[in-house]
Amino acid sequence: MEHIISLLVENKFGVLARVASLFSARGFNIESLSVGPTADPTMSMITIVTTGDDRILEQVNKQLNKLIDVIKVVDLTEHAYVERETALVKIHTRAEDRAEVFRIIEVFRAKIVDSTPGTYTVEITGDREKVEAFINQLRPLGIKELVRSGRIAIMRDEVKTAVDQRRRPHMVEAK
Amino acid sequence: MKLTGAEIFVESLKREGVKTVFGLPGGVVLKIFDVLYQDKDLDFVLVRHEQAAVHMAEAYARATGKVGVALVTSGPGATNTVTGLVNAHMDSCPIVLFTGQVVSSLIGNDAFQEADIVGISRSVTKHNYLVKDVSELATTIKEAFYLAGTGRPGPVLVDIPKDVTMASMEFAYPDKVYIRGYNPTYEGNKWQIKQAAEAMARAERPVLYVGGGVINSDASEELYGLAELLNIPVTMTLMGLGAFPGTHPLSLGMLGMHGSHATNMAVHHCDLLIAVGARFDDRVTGKISEFVPKAKIIHIDVDPTSIRKNIHVDIPIVGDAKPVLRDLLAQATAIVGGKKREGKTPWLQQIAAWQSERPLAYKPDPKVIKPQFVIDMIYRRTHGEAIITSDVGQHQMWTAQFYKFAKPRTWLNSGGLGTMGYGFPAALGAQRAFPGQLVVCVTGDGSFQMNLQELATAMVYDLPVKVAILNNGYHGMVRQWQQLFYQGHYSASRLEGGPDYVKLAEAYGAVGLRATEPHEVEEVLDEAFASKKLVLMDFQVDPYENCYPMVPAGGAINQMVYEDPPTDATRPAPAAQDAQKESISLA
Ligand SMILES: Cc1ncc(C[n+]2csc(CCOP(=O)(O)OP(=O)(O)O)c2C)c(N)n1
Repeated sequence: MEHIISLLVENKFGVLARVASLFSARGFNIESLSVGPTADPTMSMITIVTTGDDRILEQVNKQLNKLIDVIKVVDLTEHAYVERETALVKIHTRAEDRAEVFRIIEVFRAKIVDSTPGTYTVEITGDREKVEAFINQLRPLGIKELVRSGRIAIMRDEVKTAVDQRRRPHMVEAK
Repeated sequence: MKLTGAEIFVESLKREGVKTVFGLPGGVVLKIFDVLYQDKDLDFVLVRHEQAAVHMAEAYARATGKVGVALVTSGPGATNTVTGLVNAHMDSCPIVLFTGQVVSSLIGNDAFQEADIVGISRSVTKHNYLVKDVSELATTIKEAFYLAGTGRPGPVLVDIPKDVTMASMEFAYPDKVYIRGYNPTYEGNKWQIKQAAEAMARAERPVLYVGGGVINSDASEELYGLAELLNIPVTMTLMGLGAFPGTHPLSLGMLGMHGSHATNMAVHHCDLLIAVGARFDDRVTGKISEFVPKAKIIHIDVDPTSIRKNIHVDIPIVGDAKPVLRDLLAQATAIVGGKKREGKTPWLQQIAAWQSERPLAYKPDPKVIKPQFVIDMIYRRTHGEAIITSDVGQHQMWTAQFYKFAKPRTWLNSGGLGTMGYGFPAALGAQRAFPGQLVVCVTGDGSFQMNLQELATAMVYDLPVKVAILNNGYHGMVRQWQQLFYQGHYSASRLEGGPDYVKLAEAYGAVGLRATEPHEVEEVLDEAFASKKLVLMDFQVDPYENCYPMVPAGGAINQMVYEDPPTDATRPAPAAQDAQKESISLA
């Protein structure tokens, strides 16, 4: 099963290497990883998406907790959370496809962030399913280049909705 | 007052109560050595190879319970310590290793004698640091000692660039450490402890299975109390030997691959296994799916990652062995109404029956020295009170089997990593910690040759260790496996070209003794133990003796092999085959 783990760490050099080498040394898989500072400049947040059975996840959790620079480990998959991923897609813009590209961009509420005579660069943000669906729609039209950020996620605070969110954690409100 | 980084370094070590530092100098740490030159309070033990310095610091730590310290230079000095670090990491030993580093401005430029030791050691240290500025030095040292010695102990590496040793600043040593991501749990959960105590009082066939964690947390007394109160037999891992007196009627000695018949049977058939500070190593469990098939498991460990790593646990207790055993003892005392359970229960009778069925024994021989006989004689002379170190191989297992350790911190050997070359430097580290104590290193001719350059260190610092080489002319343990599992193909296990150990000892100014026949063994030991000098004893033992019982790798621990299989008629016995080989090469 897929797990999204949120790690609050000291904002020091070498911390990411520690986390990453823990995963590689123990043969745990990393599907995606993203890092950035938090509101407190002394701490960073690392979001890791990994897969494994309960036993492996228990070890992942404990081993991460054991790292001296790790302040807090939360397996978001056990909670209600909001997740986002961003992709930048550079697409060929042949005249005959242009209408179709616009249609897809419209449907997914994506945004053109750059254009040249032969290409558009489009930004899409959303949960993983949305980003994936968008890319799949564009694929037949010819993707020139594709970059995806790692996934980031944050725990939801409302106690009430948390219950049904848990059942469908990926259903996040549309903008 | 302003101090240089080098002075801050030395001052900080003193504030940590450090007396002895093991190591070897080099360009980038010369500023520190210059301060040491003018300082008479800190002993520096100059080794011949950095690996040995780390083993010495580690053994010093194990024998004393304090944090061991080593200091080496950058690049090759630092990389030479890696085996020592892994060894300390696997055996949870508290050491702080200081490595010099090239000047900050050159880091990352492939400068002369630069190595990314922080990167290299990341996965084999509990934590590591690169000190970027002299202002961080004192705090980093304070944190390093704190991390090394608390929670599950382990090695911490501090890399100090040359310019940091030269820069100056106002010295202030912090008196507290605050690391927000590090909060080891010492006290066990009260509810779980109650559950555990009840299970222990109820069990009909309980076994205590204790490891190095009990020694690390000085919990022997609590263990003793609990075992005696509930009349529970105690088996120890290789690392745990000494945690419980080996001569106690409830002691089962070591379990696992070379555990005795009775011990492995007891573990296999128990209905409750109480693991304390032990981590279910594969050398202990054998085939994991068949380990303790009938038992519930209680697991006490200060490191949560040890629990449920290899094996399902019914009652996990995260906490330090000492307070947890103390609370367990209190709970259990309340449950049994303060009355000790005594006498032979059916369970203890069953174990005694297994013991007499196949006792741990060896066949003495009037003509050849049996290696076990040497261990036995060492035991008889020291009564389990000496500090014994060993290397890795058959001799290590025989020592674990035939030497009955009376006290914790008297058995220093490489458990987790199995590092050949550990034993001799370890003996020197322990001897440095306890100058008056008898320290014996039981080693093999293979292992001893991995760090024998430290004979010089021993002589210079007058460390009168007694080294007993069980010289079988083989990498014995490798030969045993080749005999049993590789059709007697003795590939690269014959050790030719060994030195004359008596002359070798003499070349360094030590005493060399040799025994080639059984009747000489005791004489040699007596002479060695009476000597005030370093003695190298060359015991020329039976080259074909094997270590039994043995659980073949991957087997269940109740499926042991007790003796050499009858020789296959289609292949010569090992001795004959070897002779044949020699005669061929002579022809
Ligand atoms: C550094 C290192 N290299 C290789 C091994 C693999 N190994 C394990 S036991 C052994 C043979 C040990 O021979 P010796 O020290 O003579 O002891 P004996 O088994 O003969 O008692 C070897 C090579 C090891 N444990 N450590």
